[in-house]
Amino acid sequence: MMWLLDALLVITMLGLAAGALLSRQTSRSVALFIAFGLVVSLAWARLAAPDVALAEAAIGAGLTGALLLSSLAERGEPLAPPAAVTRFSLWMLPSLMVAGLLMGWAFAAALAGRGAQTALHGHIEQHMPDSGVDHPVTAVLLNFRAYDTLLELAVLLTAALAIMALGPARQGHSARSTVLRGLASWLLPALMVTGVYLLWVGAKAPGGAFQAGAVLAAAGILLRLTGVRGAGLPSGRRLNWILAAGVAVFVLAGIAMMGIGRGFLDYSPALAKALIVAIETTAMVSIAAALIVAFLGGRPSAGSDTSLSRSHAP
Amino acid sequence: MTDWMASALIGAGVAFFIAGSAGLLRFPDTLSRLHALTKADNVGLGLICAGLAVWQASLFEATKLLFIWLAMLAASATGSHLLARTVVEEPEGHGDSP
Repeated sequence: MMWLLDALLVITMLGLAAGALLSRQTSRSVALFIAFGLVVSLAWARLAAPDVALAEAAIGAGLTGALLLSSLAERGEPLAPPAAVTRFSLWMLPSLMVAGLLMGWAFAAALAGRGAQTALHGHIEQHMPDSGVDHPVTAVLLNFRAYDTLLELAVLLTAALAIMALGPARQGHSARSTVLRGLASWLLPALMVTGVYLLWVGAKAPGGAFQAGAVLAAAGILLRLTGVRGAGLPSGRRLNWILAAGVAVFVLAGIAMMGIGRGFLDYSPALAKALIVAIETTAMVSIAAALIVAFLGGRPSAGSDTSLSRSHAP
Repeated sequence: MTDWMASALIGAGVAFFIAGSAGLLRFPDTLSRLHALTKADNVGLGLICAGLAVWQASLFEATKLLFIWLAMLAASATGSHLLARTVVEEPEGHGDSP
């Protein structure tokens, strides 16, 4: 019976993606994109990848949706409707054929290999006791393939630097709503506790630094919406330290391992857990700061929002 | 017995969701659509959470589902309040960024 659910998920995903791409109104595209992110997260959960499902729901649907809505609100609907695919030209045929062949081949390979465990599973299980954590996904991300995660954090840092180079953060407006402040007054502490919990539980269950950072970034965005212009971030040099801390601690850990005679990022089993905890904690803070900077659209300035629109409250 | 109760609760929840979506599609203006969505969808979610809670192994897991419903209630109430306020006060559209 699960095939029915899977078929529904696939049809919904394709339908939402088509709707988001082909819709004439940008606001409709954004709304459908957010829904698409949610359905993709469900698909990841069906594929038994809860870590990716968590990250997709938090970052792909939640934060990207917030970014799109914020840009849409600032720029408004574009004057000309977005160009939909209206003409089918012959040049599209070869690329469509290649894409179709590739997808068919990948689909056939996945069907042929389903259920079989590769040698990779054996390798990971064999080395789990040395990795310092109990969850195989965290072990792979933070220990066996730590270099990849380091590069991901560097990409995020580069994106944050590029966004800060755009100038001061956008002039936002706060909702000035008593109801929103009431919600935020208990939701913000709950979000922070949830974020730290996701970080801590990542050692033995789905979770980890990226998911925790996304939840903390959501808390920062909520803070921005209630009127705190800096969204809880410090400005100036302290923000630079926070943004760089994730990559810095990661690189220092790798170099420290070289200092004791092992390779770069080759953790000794005795120190692995402590290193992973330190790296994940700083990575969570850096990721949250980078995502909040992305939402702000520039360098944040300190201070509360006191002079912008909406001076009344319901 | 548990299966019947859970299925009945989840079925009722789905019925409320269908009613809410019908309201979204058929009601004439934003405020009544918000009304249909907020009320019907949250009741539907509560019934689905109740149906899932019946299946849970421990009271702790069932309480987690209750908290999910309560958090969703608060979030959707606040969201629809803000949407309704925007609609009432700026019917020609919004121009500020959050």
